[in-house]
Amino acid sequence: MRTHKLHELAKTIRSKNAGVNKITFDIIFRDRENYERVKRSKALSRESVAALYRIEPQRISDFVEYDPGYAIKFTIYRLRPSGCAGDGDIFGAQQYAPLLDLEVAA
Amino acid sequence: MQTLKIICPNGHLGFAPLRPESFWLGVDAKPDYVAADSGSDDVGPVPLGSDTSTSPQSWQRHDLEQMLLASRKLGVPMIIGSAGDTGSNSRVDLFVKIISELAQKHGMAKFRLGYFYSEVDKEYLRAKIRSGDPVTGLDGFADLTEAELDATERVVAMAGVHPFVELLRQGADVIIGGRSSDAAVFAAPAIHHGFPADNAYYLGKVLECASFCAEPYGGKETVLGEVSHEDVKVTAMYPPQRCTVASVAGHAMYERSNPYEEFFAGGKLDMTHCRYEQFDERTTRITGSRFIADKKTRVKLEGSGKVGERYVGICGIRDPYTIANVDQVIDWAKAKVRERFGDTGYELHYNVYGRDGVMGELEPLRDKPGHELCLMVQGVAPTCEMAEELTMIGLRQMFYARLPDVKGTAGSVSFPLDEVLHASAAYRWTLNHTVAVDDNMELFKTHMVDIGN
Repeated sequence: MRTHKLHELAKTIRSKNAGVNKITFDIIFRDRENYERVKRSKALSRESVAALYRIEPQRISDFVEYDPGYAIKFTIYRLRPSGCAGDGDIFGAQQYAPLLDLEVAA
Repeated sequence: MQTLKIICPNGHLGFAPLRPESFWLGVDAKPDYVAADSGSDDVGPVPLGSDTSTSPQSWQRHDLEQMLLASRKLGVPMIIGSAGDTGSNSRVDLFVKIISELAQKHGMAKFRLGYFYSEVDKEYLRAKIRSGDPVTGLDGFADLTEAELDATERVVAMAGVHPFVELLRQGADVIIGGRSSDAAVFAAPAIHHGFPADNAYYLGKVLECASFCAEPYGGKETVLGEVSHEDVKVTAMYPPQRCTVASVAGHAMYERSNPYEEFFAGGKLDMTHCRYEQFDERTTRITGSRFIADKKTRVKLEGSGKVGERYVGICGIRDPYTIANVDQVIDWAKAKVRERFGDTGYELHYNVYGRDGVMGELEPLRDKPGHELCLMVQGVAPTCEMAEELTMIGLRQMFYARLPDVKGTAGSVSFPLDEVLHASAAYRWTLNHTVAVDDNMELFKTHMVDIGN
């Protein structure tokens, strides 16, 4: 089976604050086909993203397959709320990069 | 009224200027309202705590001027929520003053300016805690204690539609709101004109970030929303953009953990059964959203507390051996800070750019640093003098770090500046909570004044 990098299959891969204590990640596909393909592959799951970001699965507050938007999204708790001194990403906007090269067997 | 049309030119007024071309195309479409939200907790706790705006006043004034000119030209109301990034009282006063100056500058005929405040007296919350009516934490925050309240500089409540609807009922031509739900500035006029809450709140939801609901990606362009008793339609005004099923459905999940619901003071918008259809090339039609009213209103609160004064220092590293041992370099400097100031009573932070400065502990590649690093040091302390010295030790002592096998013995780091920089004071979010209210208006005091000649 061929593998693809997630960025080859997704139209948008982004992260952003969801409130002051969470960061939410959206992986959005251009069409149903690619969306279903990635869904079926199980490359994105609570467990896989916890492993990728090296966090406990409990830090993932939500993991949603959002059919109307051909999107998979998950949300993690921050260790400290946004904008505390030392926070390198107040908007949470640059946390998605490790997803780009995620291998998808599909 | 069969339908109501609202244009939104900016998802966060002031943060970057609106784009005039699509805005004036939106004005040409003869909307019934011109509206935008001007706030966000994305900007972190500093503006709320220090009672400042993160947006430059010239950009705030630019957008307010364009919107006011359009509103007066069309003879339709203009609504702004969350004035000046935080929606604190001083930001409402600032926007009221700017509107009044703009009216004078353009010699505008008399109009009615309504405004409301959102700041919450800390003693009101203390009384709630003492009476056993908990101020409940959201998203991992513990319920509010008096100690945490004491550590808080300023609290704002997130208004729903209620103060906007009240000011529209009183005949306001322009409304400047304190902290508000983004969607409320659009939902309120729809509700005021008798459209169902199911559609009114969805209208607000889809318009709140302006062109973020359109594609191709591009912010600060105007979008037009139209609500009827049956549906909501949203159209991109910037010619290269379109509101597609994918872009509109995709927007529902932006900035929130659950794409199917959103909470407001007074209820929640349920988008589980939304249906999206391409209505025309640039317009998507949405049906099936539902608003579920709460029996008892809980209002969201945001609060910020001061941690201390802050200085920042910057340096770089190029020696590969020093890069591989950068944690030892940092530990050396931290030890020197401890020798001077002890273990507590301050904060000292290092962001190591080129390794994990952006992602910190989430960075999977933190064991593969780049060929050069930039280190940002932040020192936070009760006084400016201490913060400056703390940061200077934390920065300069890296220069003297003693690594056993280093070849370069004339300095372990490079300095782009031989100084530390005074930064904004450090604050932290202390409140991310909700409080129960008996009356939807009790936290939002409204005012009305006449402006112009």
